[in-house]
Amino acid sequence: MTAAPAGSLLAATGLRKAYGSTDALDGAEFSIHAGEVVAVMGPSGSGKSTLLHCLAGIVPPDSGSIVYAGRELTSMNDGERSELRRTEFGFVFQFGQLVPELTCVENVALPLRLTGVKRKEAERTALHWMEQLQVEDLGAKRPGEISGGQGQRVAVARALVTGPRVIFADEPTGALDSLNGELVMQLLTEAARSANAAVVLVTHETRVAAYSDREIVVRDGRSRDMERIV
Amino acid sequence: MSIGHTLLGLLEAGPRHGYDLKRAFDEKFGHDRPLAYGQVYSTMSRLLKNGLVEVDGIESGGGPDRKRYAITDAGITDVETWLSQPEKPDPYLHSTLYTKVVLALLTGRRADELLDTQRAEHLRLMRVLTTRKRKGDLADQLVCDHALFHLEADLRWLELTAARLGRLAEEVRR
Repeated sequence: MTAAPAGSLLAATGLRKAYGSTDALDGAEFSIHAGEVVAVMGPSGSGKSTLLHCLAGIVPPDSGSIVYAGRELTSMNDGERSELRRTEFGFVFQFGQLVPELTCVENVALPLRLTGVKRKEAERTALHWMEQLQVEDLGAKRPGEISGGQGQRVAVARALVTGPRVIFADEPTGALDSLNGELVMQLLTEAARSANAAVVLVTHETRVAAYSDREIVVRDGRSRDMERIV
Repeated sequence: MSIGHTLLGLLEAGPRHGYDLKRAFDEKFGHDRPLAYGQVYSTMSRLLKNGLVEVDGIESGGGPDRKRYAITDAGITDVETWLSQPEKPDPYLHSTLYTKVVLALLTGRRADELLDTQRAEHLRLMRVLTTRKRKGDLADQLVCDHALFHLEADLRWLELTAARLGRLAEEVRR
């Protein structure tokens, strides 16, 4: 097991995770600095999504260490990890996963409402992020009334609304055509960089990974930092 | 790229001096490779000799070549023919990368390392092009996208080859 790079915001070392007899992670390493965009790539079934789930505190690893802002994630209880996910982390999934009954602005404001922010203030902050993602005109519409690309930008605004320090994006362009995928990536990375949020970007598309600062490849549950290749 | 046809095409909009032609070419198509003055004048001489352009006027004053060129009817036909003919797709059957992989396997070197090193190099260039695309205009975006799609195809090949290295090693050592 190697030590995490100094100054990293989130770092994992020696991560192991098995599902039954299958090793999903077999000593994976990861680190990311504030404001950095790191792409996690690898073939299907290589363990990249498991790595993201462990880093985000969704799935506990069988062994290994995950340190976020000086705190060991694997020592936290469920409640502490939930709190962290609500306040410090943002999430973007392949299919926006917006709440269909709520309007777009209510969807974006939802993470703030869950932390007790009053409706008016939450929606004002939500509109600010919707402007950044160029979907401010969709506030009154429901997810079923907008396109996939627009929905994904609404989902990115929702991920950013709490001012997270890390955004976890799992195949955020996987369901979009090239043009909409590029727009989502451009706006996601610009908004994250301007907010100094780190982005952990799981993708199998190299053109999407090219929006990152650095790339980690996961194969058979082991990770490789491509920047360290001379 | 056929420099002659491109310069001819630029002349269709109206007569230009050699220097104007170079500037228009660099602005629209030059990107990282601006045309050398010598290349412009030698190309124009050839087009002139072949009757595809004519001298429309000569400005007085200093400078090596103050000629203004205009496209001829034969030149317009030549551009028309060039544009209507499809470009021959590159078959990509002579790949240096493939040769390197096979040689690495034949000589007992680490082909997987070779593939990873190449992958990192490709991604570095893709990042540079993506940044340029983000900051550029539509023309920049289209030129960069063309390069990015080709690099992406290479990367897919690298990934696929990495997954098949074991079998390839058995075959080349047979």
